[in-house]
Amino acid sequence: MTGKPAQRLTLFLLLAPAILWLGLLIVLPHVEILVLSFSERVAPRVYAFGFGNYLEFFTEPLYWRTFARTAFMSILVTALTLVLAFPIALYIARVAQGRLKAMLLLLCLLPFWVSELVRTLGWMILLRETGVISYMLRSIGLAGQPVELLYNDGAVILGLVYGGLLFMIVPLANALESLEPAVVEAGYDLGGSRWTVLRRIVIPHAMPGIVAGCIIVFMLTVGNFATPVLLGGKNGLWFTEQIYAQFITRFNWPQGAAFGMLLLLLSSAIVWLGLRLTGQSLGTTLKQA
Amino acid sequence: MTLCIGSVMASSTDLDIVNVTKRFGSHAAVDDVSFSVAPGEFFSILGPSGCGKTTLMRMIAGFEHPTSGDIRIRGKSMIGVPANKRPVNMVFQSLALFPMMSVGENVAYGLTCRGVSRAQAEERANRMLERVGLKGFGERRVTALSGGQRQRVAIARCLVLEPTLVLLDEPLGALDLKLREHMKIELKQLQGTFNTTFAYITHDQSEALVMSDRIAVMNQGRFEQVGSPRELYHNPATPFVASFVGETNRLQGEAAPAANGTIAVRLPSGAVVQGQGSAAAKAALAFVRPEAVALAQDPAPLSNLPNRFEGRVSAVLFDGAASSLLIDTTGFEQPVRAVLPQAGPLAGIQVGAPIHVGWTADAMKVFAA
Amino acid sequence: MLTKRTSLKLATALAALMVVGSAEAAEKLRLLTWSGYAPADVVAQFTKETGIEVEVTTSNNEEMISKLRATQGAGFDLAQPSQDRIAGPQAEFGIYKPLDVSKLKSDQFIASMLEATKKNTTVDGKVYGVPHIWGTDGLVVNTKAASKVADYNDLCDPSLAGKTSFRAKRPALIAFAFANGMDPFAAYGDAKAYAALMDKVGAKLAECKKNVKFFWEGSDQLLNAVRSGEIVAAMAWDTGGWKLNAENPDMKFVAPKSGALGWVDTFAIPAKGRNDDAAYKWINFNMRPEIAAKVAAAAGNFTASNGADKLMEGKLKDQFAESFPKAAIDNIRWYPAVPAGLEEIEGKVLDRLKAGS
Repeated sequence: MTGKPAQRLTLFLLLAPAILWLGLLIVLPHVEILVLSFSERVAPRVYAFGFGNYLEFFTEPLYWRTFARTAFMSILVTALTLVLAFPIALYIARVAQGRLKAMLLLLCLLPFWVSELVRTLGWMILLRETGVISYMLRSIGLAGQPVELLYNDGAVILGLVYGGLLFMIVPLANALESLEPAVVEAGYDLGGSRWTVLRRIVIPHAMPGIVAGCIIVFMLTVGNFATPVLLGGKNGLWFTEQIYAQFITRFNWPQGAAFGMLLLLLSSAIVWLGLRLTGQSLGTTLKQA
Repeated sequence: MTLCIGSVMASSTDLDIVNVTKRFGSHAAVDDVSFSVAPGEFFSILGPSGCGKTTLMRMIAGFEHPTSGDIRIRGKSMIGVPANKRPVNMVFQSLALFPMMSVGENVAYGLTCRGVSRAQAEERANRMLERVGLKGFGERRVTALSGGQRQRVAIARCLVLEPTLVLLDEPLGALDLKLREHMKIELKQLQGTFNTTFAYITHDQSEALVMSDRIAVMNQGRFEQVGSPRELYHNPATPFVASFVGETNRLQGEAAPAANGTIAVRLPSGAVVQGQGSAAAKAALAFVRPEAVALAQDPAPLSNLPNRFEGRVSAVLFDGAASSLLIDTTGFEQPVRAVLPQAGPLAGIQVGAPIHVGWTADAMKVFAA
Repeated sequence: MLTKRTSLKLATALAALMVVGSAEAAEKLRLLTWSGYAPADVVAQFTKETGIEVEVTTSNNEEMISKLRATQGAGFDLAQPSQDRIAGPQAEFGIYKPLDVSKLKSDQFIASMLEATKKNTTVDGKVYGVPHIWGTDGLVVNTKAASKVADYNDLCDPSLAGKTSFRAKRPALIAFAFANGMDPFAAYGDAKAYAALMDKVGAKLAECKKNVKFFWEGSDQLLNAVRSGEIVAAMAWDTGGWKLNAENPDMKFVAPKSGALGWVDTFAIPAKGRNDDAAYKWINFNMRPEIAAKVAAAAGNFTASNGADKLMEGKLKDQFAESFPKAAIDNIRWYPAVPAGLEEIEGKVLDRLKAGS
């Protein structure tokens, strides 16, 4: 009997850092942002409660267009990443053996040893008008004059897909690795074509990994800042940039907070929708990730 | 090696394996194997692990490709035909049921692959499930089934496609002993009711003996012997077959011709045994089944047997009807194993008791070592 | 019972630790400034003379204000925002404390610049900033490739399509307003008129956007693009232009016809600064002519220190003379203080500019 409260205390002490972490660093700031997003500036240093910041979002086409564009591009990037990552993950999980497998995973990991900023700058060196690719195109005679490959949506998508690839490959490879080879063979043996086996056996089996990878990549993409700004240049409009602008250059915290809440809402809604459409539960998905 | 396939005509066979060889590097996993399987036959390939039987089966299924030779199903060559286009279906060792599908979907899978409509496939799948005793299981998850039920789903999944040939790759391996004994009988009955040709591979000689119409004994990529269970058991063609199929006593010695067509084998101790066979070389192996060894408490009842020895019981292996004795016998390096009838006067014999053993020359098979 | 006592003890210990921590940090000056404004040798000399360590954080106007706003003026002991960006944020957020001008050696400053800055940074009769470094915004031109560029509007000339740049920040709005015959500073007091004016500027810039390769963010990005020839003309700070000029005489900093924009970076003390004494010591130390000359050389700009110009290197003087003939100096437009609320108007124009295609 006397052991019980002591046990409970131990449990509490063990959990305390996690609870503190969650409470102080995640929940509390979000609550503060939420409260902030409902305050409106009346006069210098005077704020009142109101929905003006959200209203501003819906009445100013600039903001919700950027928002929709960010959502659409992020979904596109996620889909492209999935399509690119799937064969790679399939190869790593099902074909590569031993050392080759470790090497391939390492190869995928390698770009992440440098910071995102450096990786993005690397792309800029490749893509800029006086950059490597432009030079090569000219030297093999495919282009008559320097080609500018930077500062367009293609460059932004390229950079984002590149940044998301690893986070898609790892959960996918994990999921695919657990697929018994005999199950795939049985799929063929019973008359399935490559496509049928992929569609009815491999993909359903990998679904938790696919959803996990998509959630991670989507979140990373929607919340990315440096890549769209640097690679997109004057046209690389991203919603995080709007949030940054509101907070930092406009000093309009309540508006930035409202934008932040909307972005959080968007991410949550799309993740929820993705889970619903694929019939996955958040639990199994997180296990896979 | 020449194989006697019998009077089966090429046109009336379901499967013909013609001089098939499969090499992995310099190693021949399957080495110039030929055989045929008749329609409706239960054909087993029996051999120790690593003998090449799995490779052979995977070549028939289409997952491996022969280095040379031909595989014909109903007279049609399967070389270059992919696995999903062959009229052959396989029951995998692990069963390989599709965990992402229900029982019904598992069975209907092959039908939908062939373009059968969803509704029709479902109906046919349900009928098949009924025939294998799984009526009403269609909606269940395959993970919610018992071992025996999963087995039946795996077979139903193949049979629903009405294949020319069903391949079974040690499908009973994962089951516990009791269930395995039960499934042996059930498999045999299923094969009988569907009258489908089965090719079964196993390392368990009891499975092969119980279920098969014919068995091929495979060793190091080659067939040692093909025949009915009875033939293999009573007339093994090679020492490997003799020792691999069924329990046996194995003796090693030097051959010498003896009177009235028998062969005498002189053991290292000087003792001599007489048997039937064709040992051309000097070194010889002789085999005698435990049930062929006659036992007696005094020498008189055995006096007309050419092989008679004295010994002492070193162990009693009680196993009901399959009980046997290990007898330390004068002149033998290994104890002789003999079946112990549970109804005779020797039923209560104890370790250390003196005993006489003997067998006929016909019961002893002699081979060149 | 036991747990309560333990936690109490723990809390006390923690509190004690925090007190000790802050006491230890007392002799330190936390400086929030621009890159180049606190060269290592100047910092070392200051520490040697006063025993005060200097912790330098580099930033820009917007980030300085945001950082101080986030902490309500804590975290730094001295900041260096531009003179026009003090009064507005001060009125809005109260992030600075008034300066005690008596603690400063006024004769170390160029008198006219000190007076102008004090006037511009006065809120409710209190002074919040004194001048330190000044310079201008104008045009960096590759004279070989774009010899005709003489005013901001020339950046929009179709012959230079894809080879020009400016920052999508407020200086560009002000500059293009002047270049198109408007006077944004005169409209500062009237938010409505200012919004209308800015809309016009925004339309002009939106049209010009096609011509721009990118909106530059950091000066290194711009300088590299000019060096490589990707950019042949841009609106930029004079320092950058002179730096390029030192490498390649074809690159020049040009004072635009409609006037270069003059800015002054200041010293201001954050509202919750903990070491005002050290801050005043740093200001007085920095305004000594020989120190000011060193800092100005490192930053590539001019100083508000009285008499430092005599100690400056000849090169920068020559470059200044070439870029700024007498008429151009008179034509420099000095930023008046930005009233609160204008940044909101400008911000929206800039957002639209970035969003449009």
